[in-house]
Amino acid sequence: MNPAEKQSGGLVTYLVIYAFILAIAGLQVVLAYSASGLQQFVVMMFFAVLQAALAVTFFMHMRTERRSLFLMLIPAVIFVLLMMNMIWSDSFRISRGAPFTH
Amino acid sequence: MSQAEVRMGEQATGVMEGSPFAIPSKKLVMWLFIISDSVTFGALLYGYGYLRHASPDWPHYFRFSPSIINVMVMSFVLITSSLTMLIGVQAAKSGDKSKAIRWAFITVAGGLLFAVLHIREWTGLIKEGLRPSGNPWGSSLFGAAFFGITGMHLLHVLIGVVAITVVTLRYQRGRYNSDDLEVWGLYWHFVDLVWMFVVPLVYLLNVAR
Repeated sequence: MNPAEKQSGGLVTYLVIYAFILAIAGLQVVLAYSASGLQQFVVMMFFAVLQAALAVTFFMHMRTERRSLFLMLIPAVIFVLLMMNMIWSDSFRISRGAPFTH
Repeated sequence: MSQAEVRMGEQATGVMEGSPFAIPSKKLVMWLFIISDSVTFGALLYGYGYLRHASPDWPHYFRFSPSIINVMVMSFVLITSSLTMLIGVQAAKSGDKSKAIRWAFITVAGGLLFAVLHIREWTGLIKEGLRPSGNPWGSSLFGAAFFGITGMHLLHVLIGVVAITVVTLRYQRGRYNSDDLEVWGLYWHFVDLVWMFVVPLVYLLNVAR
């Protein structure tokens, strides 16, 4: 096995992940017409995060990097992105007059 | 040992310090850029969600034909170009220069095809009345959000096309090595990754039924 294959797991792995990501993209289109509301949003985001995780792990070779690189980069960005969720209370205020009212 | 020798020794130690995380520094720089850029796109997409949620008349405009079909083709092209980049980088790491160059340029062709499809879609939407300042279907913020997010992504695709072309040509001339191709491969996969969030949030949650 050459260094490139050692790093990635080889072309077969790439092809399997590629097919999986494409299949998820197809499922998302089906979901766009078969579901609605919060359920549709949550499942669609789950699929998007799954696709992204596969791309980072296999295509961007995070799987074979040192764990310290992963720990330095990924938890911090997830934390920052999750913290952005605090905007929602304000968007509720605009559409419904007060935060979290129905 | 003289003071000068001690100082030289210190400098040599600094120069010989191992690279952090056992990766080339340019790869680490690209990772740091990707992290900061993912927060930029995150902010854009959260802002988009905010506007969509706060606007009761948000348009559900995208019809299966041509919009969703076009988006499916664009996704296929972009994800496939990620695969071709991987093959190119793998060939470069194995020392097969001509194969690496061939697959890197196939990736560039994929990026260009994606850009052409995207611009064609934009042109169609503009003809139907979509503008950054308004549209005939609902909230006037829809156009600004749509063009802002997809435009930012398209800009990244075009930067990637230019960068991979330049790096591949320099790799061909022996000025760059396989590490440089790998670093720009990371960027290309990131562009692909962002598209995986743009498609559901911007297109698939706004389909016309």
